[in-house]
Amino acid sequence: MLKTEPIDVEKIRADFPILQRRVKGKRLVYLDNAATTQKPQRVIDALVDFYSRYNSNVHRSVHTLGEEATAAYEAAREKAAKFVGGQAKGLIFVRGTTEATNLVRFAWGENNVKKGDLLVTTMMEHHSNIVPWQLLAKRKRAILRFVGLQPDGTIDLGQFEDLLKESPKLVAVTHCSNVLGTINDVSSMCSKARKAGAVTVVDGAQSVPHMPVDVGSIGADFYAYSGHKMLGPTGIGALVAKKKLLEEMEPFHGGGEMIREVFLDHSTWNDVPHKFEAGTVNIADAIGLGAAVDYLSAIGMDKVRAHEVLLLDYAMHTLPKVKGFHLYGPSDPEKRGGVVSFNLADVHPHDLATILDEEAIAIRSGHHCAQPLMRWLDVAATARASFYVYNSYDDIDALKAGLERAGAIFKI
Amino acid sequence: MSSADIYREIILDYYRNPRNFGRLEKFDIESHDTNPLCGDEIEIQIKVGEGQKIEEIKFLGKGCAISQASASMLTELAKGKQLGWVKQLSKEDVFRMLGNPDLGPSRVKCALLGMKVLKTGVYGYLGTRYDDSDSETPV
Repeated sequence: MLKTEPIDVEKIRADFPILQRRVKGKRLVYLDNAATTQKPQRVIDALVDFYSRYNSNVHRSVHTLGEEATAAYEAAREKAAKFVGGQAKGLIFVRGTTEATNLVRFAWGENNVKKGDLLVTTMMEHHSNIVPWQLLAKRKRAILRFVGLQPDGTIDLGQFEDLLKESPKLVAVTHCSNVLGTINDVSSMCSKARKAGAVTVVDGAQSVPHMPVDVGSIGADFYAYSGHKMLGPTGIGALVAKKKLLEEMEPFHGGGEMIREVFLDHSTWNDVPHKFEAGTVNIADAIGLGAAVDYLSAIGMDKVRAHEVLLLDYAMHTLPKVKGFHLYGPSDPEKRGGVVSFNLADVHPHDLATILDEEAIAIRSGHHCAQPLMRWLDVAATARASFYVYNSYDDIDALKAGLERAGAIFKI
Repeated sequence: MSSADIYREIILDYYRNPRNFGRLEKFDIESHDTNPLCGDEIEIQIKVGEGQKIEEIKFLGKGCAISQASASMLTELAKGKQLGWVKQLSKEDVFRMLGNPDLGPSRVKCALLGMKVLKTGVYGYLGTRYDDSDSETPV
C-alpha cells in the first residue's frame, strides 16, 4: 500500500508549464532535480512582471521604478534569509553556491589563511567545495586535508575529530551529498569545528531546497545555497554569514555599489551586505528566488521533506528489484536526501541515460562534479535519480520500467 | 532510430569483449585522452612497422559502450594500414563503422573519442598537430 502523499502532487504539477510538455511524444518524467529544478508559473511570472512593469536599477535611482525595484529586491533578500532562519543583513546575493564558496575563498581566505595552515573538507564534496580550497591552499601554501567516509557513505567522524586536534583554520562540509544523499550532522560538526578554532563553511545546495534548514541552530559561519535547485531562476543564490564576520572581511569584487566613498588613493566600503554586491546585481532573478521561497513556504518545507522521504522509501524498495541494480549511499531514507545514485550491472550510466531518454525519463549520469567521491566508490560514474515536489510514485514506476528495458537491451 | 538499434549486438559484443584491449611492450606512438563530460577514457599504443604501417595497435579504456566499442573497432580497422590512412579517417567513417546510429550531440563525442586519440597520436608522430575543433569537448 502506498502511503498518502503529504502534498497534492497533481495540483503542484499543474503549476509547472514544462511538465505539460510531451518529450518524444511521452509524459516528461523529470528526475534530474539535484542538477536543477523546474520553475512554477509563479516564478516565471515574477521575472516577467519585473521586466514588464518595474525594471530599474536598485539602490541608485530615486524615480518610481527605482524605488519599486529596490523594495522588491530587498524584500527578496528578507525572504531568502528568513527561509533559512538567517538575517537579511547577513545574506549576500551571489550567482550560486559556487560563487559563494569562492567569495569565502577570496574575501575571507586571503586575509586569514597563512602558510602551513590546515584546511579541512570531506571526500563527499561537490567540486565547488573542493577546488576553491585547493586554489586557496596553493596560493597560501596551506595544507588541504580530506575527511574520509565510512562504508555506508557517512562521514568518518573519528577521522574528523582527529583532524580537529590539528587546529584547522577552515572546515568546509556539505549539508547533504549530491551523490550519496547522505545528510550530515552539520550542527554537531560546526560546533566541534568552532571549538577547535575553525571557521565553518556549509554547502546547502542540496539541503535548503529539500528540508527545513535553520542556519542559527547549525551555527555555520558561512552557509551557501543556489536558487535554481529550489524552483528559482539560474544565476542567483545566497551566502548567509554572521554579520560581524562579514564586517571584518575585505570585499570580494570592487566596483559600484559596494563602496561608501572613493578617493584616488583609497576607498571605504558600503555596509554589509552591499559591500559584497559590487556592480548591478541580479535583480530579476533575486526577485524570482523570492517567489520560489514563497511557493515552497506555502507548501511547507516539513511537508516537502516528508514527501521526499516517502518517495525515497518507495524507490529504495522498488528499484532494487531490477536485475543488476546497485544502490549507493545510506540505506535509511530518514538519513538521506531525495537522491538515488545507482548503477545497473555493467551498463555505463551514459548508455542508461540515453535509453531512459527515449522514454522521456530525465536522469543524470556521470561523475556529478564529485570525482574524488567517484574514486572512493571505485566507479567511473553513476546514474542518479533525484526527486522534488512534482515527482510521485508514478515517476519511480516509470524509472523502474525504463531500467528493465535497458537491462533487456543490454541482455543483463 | 531507437536505442535498441544503437546498442546492437555487435556494439555490446565489442563493449564486453573488446578486441586489441591491453598494452604493448614496445611501441612508437602513445596517445591518451578523456571526455570530461562522461569520464570516458581511451589510451592507444601503436608499433609502427616498415613503410609507416601500423604493425601492432592496442587500446585501454573505460567508459560507455559507445566509446569503448568505437575505440576497439577502430583499432581493428587500423591494424595493417599505413599511418596516412589515419589522416584520411573521417567522422563519417567512424559513424559508418558503428552502423550509423542516431546519436545526440553529447553522445557523438563518445563515438569519436577513439578517433581523436588515434589521430592525436599519429599526427604527433608525423610531426603535425591534430586540430580537433570539430569534436571539441566541453568541460
